[in-house]
Amino acid sequence: MAPTPLITLRGVDKSFGAVAALRSVNLDLYAGEAHALVGENGAGKSTLVKLLAGVHTPDAGSITSDGAPVRFTGPADARAAGIAVIYQEPTLFPDLSIAENIFVGRQPLRGKGRRIDAAAMRGRAEELFGQLGVHLDPDRPARGLSIADQQLVEIAKALSFDARVLVMDEPTAALSGVEVDRLFGVARSLRDAGTAVLFISHRFDEVFALCQRITVMRDGAWVSTDPIADVTVDQVVRRMVGREVSSLYPHQARTVGDVLLDVAGLTSHGVFSDVSFQVRAGEVVALAGLVGAGRSEVIRAVFGVDRYDRGSVTVAGKRLRPHSPAAAIAAGIALVPEDRRQQGLVMELSVERNATLARLWALTRLGLLWPGTERRDAQSWTRRLFVKANALADPVSTLSGGNQQKVVLAKWLATKPRVLLVDEPTRGIDVGTKAEVHHLLADLAAQGVAVLMVSSELPEVLGMADRVLVMHEGRLASTLDRADATEESVMFAATGQA
Amino acid sequence: MTTLVEQRSGTAAATKTARRWFLARELSILAALVLLVGVTAVTNPRFLSAQSIKDLLLSSTILAITAVGQAVVIITRNVDLSVGSVLGLAAFATGSLFLAAPGLPIPVAILVATALGAVCGAVNGALIAAARVPALVVTLGTLYVFRGIDYTWAGGKQINAADMPDGLLRMGTASVLGVPVLTLFAVSIVVVAGFVLRSYRSGRDLYAIGSDPEAARLSGLPVGRRVFFAFVTSGALAGLAGALYAARFGTIDANAGINSELNVVAAVVVGGVAIFGGSGSVYGAALGAVLLTTIGAALPVLGVNPFWQRAAVGALILLAIGLDRALAVRVADRLKGRRARA
Repeated sequence: MAPTPLITLRGVDKSFGAVAALRSVNLDLYAGEAHALVGENGAGKSTLVKLLAGVHTPDAGSITSDGAPVRFTGPADARAAGIAVIYQEPTLFPDLSIAENIFVGRQPLRGKGRRIDAAAMRGRAEELFGQLGVHLDPDRPARGLSIADQQLVEIAKALSFDARVLVMDEPTAALSGVEVDRLFGVARSLRDAGTAVLFISHRFDEVFALCQRITVMRDGAWVSTDPIADVTVDQVVRRMVGREVSSLYPHQARTVGDVLLDVAGLTSHGVFSDVSFQVRAGEVVALAGLVGAGRSEVIRAVFGVDRYDRGSVTVAGKRLRPHSPAAAIAAGIALVPEDRRQQGLVMELSVERNATLARLWALTRLGLLWPGTERRDAQSWTRRLFVKANALADPVSTLSGGNQQKVVLAKWLATKPRVLLVDEPTRGIDVGTKAEVHHLLADLAAQGVAVLMVSSELPEVLGMADRVLVMHEGRLASTLDRADATEESVMFAATGQA
Repeated sequence: MTTLVEQRSGTAAATKTARRWFLARELSILAALVLLVGVTAVTNPRFLSAQSIKDLLLSSTILAITAVGQAVVIITRNVDLSVGSVLGLAAFATGSLFLAAPGLPIPVAILVATALGAVCGAVNGALIAAARVPALVVTLGTLYVFRGIDYTWAGGKQINAADMPDGLLRMGTASVLGVPVLTLFAVSIVVVAGFVLRSYRSGRDLYAIGSDPEAARLSGLPVGRRVFFAFVTSGALAGLAGALYAARFGTIDANAGINSELNVVAAVVVGGVAIFGGSGSVYGAALGAVLLTTIGAALPVLGVNPFWQRAAVGALILLAIGLDRALAVRVADRLKGRRARA
């Protein structure tokens, strides 16, 4: 290529603690070109976006802008370099007006006093919306805007400072057809006007319609970059998946018993609809799909944390009272949540406190919790799960991610659940611990527990599951038996190609 | 297509109602104030005498000035609990200054007190912005630290009105065209602060930070610096209020302004500033201060047992928060319009 790229990344590394999120990643963004970035969940795309946005700084490697090396120490630096980022989750200020949201920190000024020129700000916001062909009232607060409208505000923001590079992190995940078309119209006209567009999406039809070049990432590493005309969807999917399913997964023949969990017609408007499935005793069922497909929402609804509008959840033949986690726990359901830091653990409390938190009542004598009981109980569970901690009295926050996850598991396993719901059980933990967690889940199933696992890691899904339920945009797109489930078949169903 | 048009007009109307509701928030405090004064005046016409109105305004002044500083902090989703102690420290410093140098020009003393407050605020701000300790904890700590310094310094002494220059004491009671000078002070501070918050980037940034601190960071706003200066402002205004306290009361000991911080927070909340930041105005906060002071003055006139006064203030706070919640829910419903996806 003759022209110099606007932005170049060379050999960029980024780690968070022990987890390497990016390993020597290369990327070139050219003016007037839309560049697709694809990869499985957890491939490092969002981390890359945050590097470009100046939120993270790389541990190694270089970022160059117009051939000159740059170092972003904060979002303001990236913005000064002409990089605008539209995040998957819009970052608006609900209390401020739409016009202010667009111009925050850069409001047009007037006079010697450098006052904000509210009329000019309003006018320019209206101009931008005119350019985008939409009608939004610049004076209304951003609170209550639909995701699509929020994204329009973000795009107007990007337009307002003449971004040379526009990064869109899965902008279409929450949009409907018309809204996607409108977004694409905008992206195309920006591209044709000379903006470099980095487009991250799981929807291949969109990628192939908009982009000229495609980069595939896997496990934090760069895999390939090609002109889009040179590759097919098949090739791209195979590169995203890329590896052999390891035979390390402990799959043993298990006796499958009665239906323990029966979910029928579960619907939550705008989130998921008509989800029905059963999990039997001794079965591991995986719920696969892309981020935003509604997997976590489904199991949260089953557990009763989130509300649902229609449908029923039946545990061992008894219909569960809806919207009540207490009823779910009483019926023998346990939920190991996705975000263990925020939902699974009290980070400041000790290991033993966390491990016994879910059933303190069962440990009391005469209504009091005796320290000895708590410690003994915590010891027995942490030993069974091989939790590595200096002392059980240490705060959980001092443990590694994998060991934290084991404490969460200990906490729920101690309640002796009949149905275990696990959400991303091995996210962000090292390989060795991963295998231990997998063994544990397999053992539980062998003991007759019904296990429903949400996972974004395909090898884990294929290695662990007796059946794979694939979700796409809030619906069950496909149910695959262990024999039929391959990385390709799951990925195709998850991207809506099946 | 028709639904689209409907939606648009729907959102425009929603915006108008939203604006009306927000305006209604400040008007409702004003209405409550007028109602309270009206009822009290009917019961006892002397409540509306020039002297009693002047007293009312004077008493509101110090609370209103600290409330403005507190509002600036609360808008950024923080809180400053040390204002009472800063006020006490600054008041005692003002008195000590005149003891040491009787001939000192009054404006210099006021500036020194304000600067002392600003330094206290800078301590708070630095701990909160740089060390990222929650404001509640930091200012709870400095509440005791500043008061402790005040106690050590005063050592049980009391500065009497006789030691104060006449000019200062006169300023405490003087009035221009019937309006107390101190009140003019307060009004100009409210107007200036309100103007900066509405019309300057630094002011708007405070609302953005309080509205969503994470988004503010992603937008490249100087979050730490802005929060720091919000606390400096709050400290400086508490310092200024301390000097005015000295002017108004003349007699100062180490207990000046003790336990007043929650009263200040109450004034701000009653005045419609959201406790989680992002919305509200200093005008509202100042009105809230006037309303709380007026209640304090009106309840005895109405023959209400003084023991009930605190309960009445508490009820008002709950009412204000309840009203805010109700308004927020209604506004959110209107703003959402018919946009829900099928």
